[in-house]
Amino acid sequence: MARIRRTMLFVPGNNPGMLFNGCVLGADSVIFDLEDAISLGEKDSARILVRNALETLNYNGTEIIIRINAINTSFWQKDLDMIIPKNPNIIMPPKIESKEDIIEIENYITKIEERDNLVKNEIKLIPLIESALGVENAFEIAKASSRVVALFLGAEDLTANLGAKRTVEGKEIFYSRSRVVIAAKAANIQAIDTPYTDINDEEGLIKDSKIAKDMGFDGKAAISPRHVEEINKIFTPSYEEIEYSRRVIEAIEKAEKEGKGVISLDGQMIDAPIVERAKYVISIFENVKGGRY
Amino acid sequence: MSKLVNSLEEAIKICGLEDGMTVSFHHHLRNGDFVLNDVMRAIDKLGFKNIKIAPSAIFPVHEPLVDLIKKGVVTEITTNYMSGPVAKAISEGIMDKPVIFHSHGGRPRAIENNEIKIDIAFIAAPTCDREGNMNGINGPSACGSLGYAYSDAMYANKVIAVTDNLVDYPATPISISQTEVDYVVQLNSIGDPKGIVSGTTQITRDPVGLTIARYASRVIEHSGLLKDGFSFQTGAGGASLATAFYLKKILKEKNIKGSFGLGGITGYMVNFLEEELFEGLLDVQCFDLAAIESLRENSNHQEISASFYANPSPKGCAVDNLDIVILGATEIDKFFNVNVHTDSNGYIIGGSGGHSDTAAGSKLCMIVAPLFRARLPIVVEKVHTITTPGETVDVLVTERGISVNPKNIMLKEKLVNAGLPIIDIQDLKEMAEKIAGKPNSIIVGDKTVGKVIYRDGTVLDIIKSVI
Repeated sequence: MARIRRTMLFVPGNNPGMLFNGCVLGADSVIFDLEDAISLGEKDSARILVRNALETLNYNGTEIIIRINAINTSFWQKDLDMIIPKNPNIIMPPKIESKEDIIEIENYITKIEERDNLVKNEIKLIPLIESALGVENAFEIAKASSRVVALFLGAEDLTANLGAKRTVEGKEIFYSRSRVVIAAKAANIQAIDTPYTDINDEEGLIKDSKIAKDMGFDGKAAISPRHVEEINKIFTPSYEEIEYSRRVIEAIEKAEKEGKGVISLDGQMIDAPIVERAKYVISIFENVKGGRY
Repeated sequence: MSKLVNSLEEAIKICGLEDGMTVSFHHHLRNGDFVLNDVMRAIDKLGFKNIKIAPSAIFPVHEPLVDLIKKGVVTEITTNYMSGPVAKAISEGIMDKPVIFHSHGGRPRAIENNEIKIDIAFIAAPTCDREGNMNGINGPSACGSLGYAYSDAMYANKVIAVTDNLVDYPATPISISQTEVDYVVQLNSIGDPKGIVSGTTQITRDPVGLTIARYASRVIEHSGLLKDGFSFQTGAGGASLATAFYLKKILKEKNIKGSFGLGGITGYMVNFLEEELFEGLLDVQCFDLAAIESLRENSNHQEISASFYANPSPKGCAVDNLDIVILGATEIDKFFNVNVHTDSNGYIIGGSGGHSDTAAGSKLCMIVAPLFRARLPIVVEKVHTITTPGETVDVLVTERGISVNPKNIMLKEKLVNAGLPIIDIQDLKEMAEKIAGKPNSIIVGDKTVGKVIYRDGTVLDIIKSVI
């Protein structure tokens, strides 16, 4: 069963307080950022700080993701050299546009794993798709490596690349959102939505998160701890969804006992994707219960 | 005979102050208070020595007391709370006799039982008439409720009202009436409004504080106490207010209406009243302008005395009817004893106020605090000073886990079932020590500088001088 990733909270890699407390703010995953949040002059110090945090602190089950610098910079290899040996859960490479990008990064990670005798393939990838080319190639990116566990849509850079105006309604990213969700689901991995950038607009956040949830995203990034609770709520199944999923599972179990091939619930046929979805809903509920937000 | 007297000196003389007597004050003007300093300056000028003072609290603004202690003008202090230069000097041992620390409920009990015998009570009165009828809601130094002054007014041998807003008779509404007042003194100003109340009390923006508040609100939600008619008290601290913020969301979602909010009242609690989430507010002290405004305008916002608030007398008090209280801590130990008297170096920085009263009276006493403060773990082996006994504390809520007092098995079960991160307090302590290390124990001097008296009059702990 896929890991629950309702919220991914960005934390600047050069902020010791946030590196320390990032895991207690309710997000399922925390992204330690070495890229956009870090100015050129601080790249080295942030990298060292994040490495030390990974070495020292216990994150109590929160997934730790490191956003490295883009592959067209001179930083990404240094980032991986220092971070991979500390065994983070996920590397998030930004500005990914093709399967070749993923293969280049994967090969570099594998080399470090071999060099340091690390367990192979344990560190996963969540590529950040934030250009027109990246969106067009979303499926091949999703399938490029078994390490890829989710696609992450970054709308700010994307709209700049499109020459579109970023709006609260988000019509300009509707196609890209759909494309990323379909690519991810076709590859049987998760899709994570772009953060909502107005920190003080709770109403807008809720609306935007609901759109993402309804489109099939599994979770959404947050650039402020204040967004975590609302995103968690929206991406946690409702009592109605949980109830329905339980009934689906019951119907399946009953049908299996009775040796029936075709299963129906409330007059509707239940097939494999519905069962898979029901199992996933139940797993989210059982894992978070209500305590994580 | 007119009660109006021209000056504090004259009033002190008429009341017959003598060396060794006790004078009292209330602290509703908080860090904007001029009255205590003005009165003590007059007492010093008149040459009195060995005066015992019994203010309900002492703030940084009362720094001149330090010199008066050194000069022997003030030789004994009884109070509920102490911060700033006086607290520092007391911690360093400048006074021979220890400060007697009561709680907000313990003080009126002690006054009514004659354990604190007040010879002259000086009552700062933001609005007052010539006969001594007064209120705190009007005037340039308005502070709202006069709750802590009631016992002083009723039990002191002589009562002097001190005002900067002398109005025509009668000064309605009347909080403390002329039947308790002997003399009235008019001054140019009794306080600095900037120090009396804050403009608006705001909830914290600190993400860790908000996490604690979210957990605290969910502890309340799943405690079994959150139903129609519930009652609630919270402080004005950032995380406490933030808990109220989250609680409000829950109340609205579940359509629950409480009976009353209690204690020091903030604009936040006023919002609960105005949005009909509470039937009423019982107000012993106003923390901000919104609270004062509400006390003035809303008849469901009721001023109460400290005795009504928390006195553990057989007739009962408001805290006995309280369901939930949210309190802070500078330290908490594995037996859930809480310290809000002294800091990590042993210096006095506060006092119980209503801490131990509300903990004892409420059905659910929650301590909210970050697991680390200035890189020190908040959970310790043994608190330096016991303000509130662990047996009256139910839950500790931190950003890294929630510990339930083992005496409350049912509550623990409910919170575990709700999926909240419950952790044994010993494990929480070890987690903190693993990250921050174990702090050195505080080395203290020989001199006893403070005695913590529990609300029932028993000695709970003593405070030694710092080195």
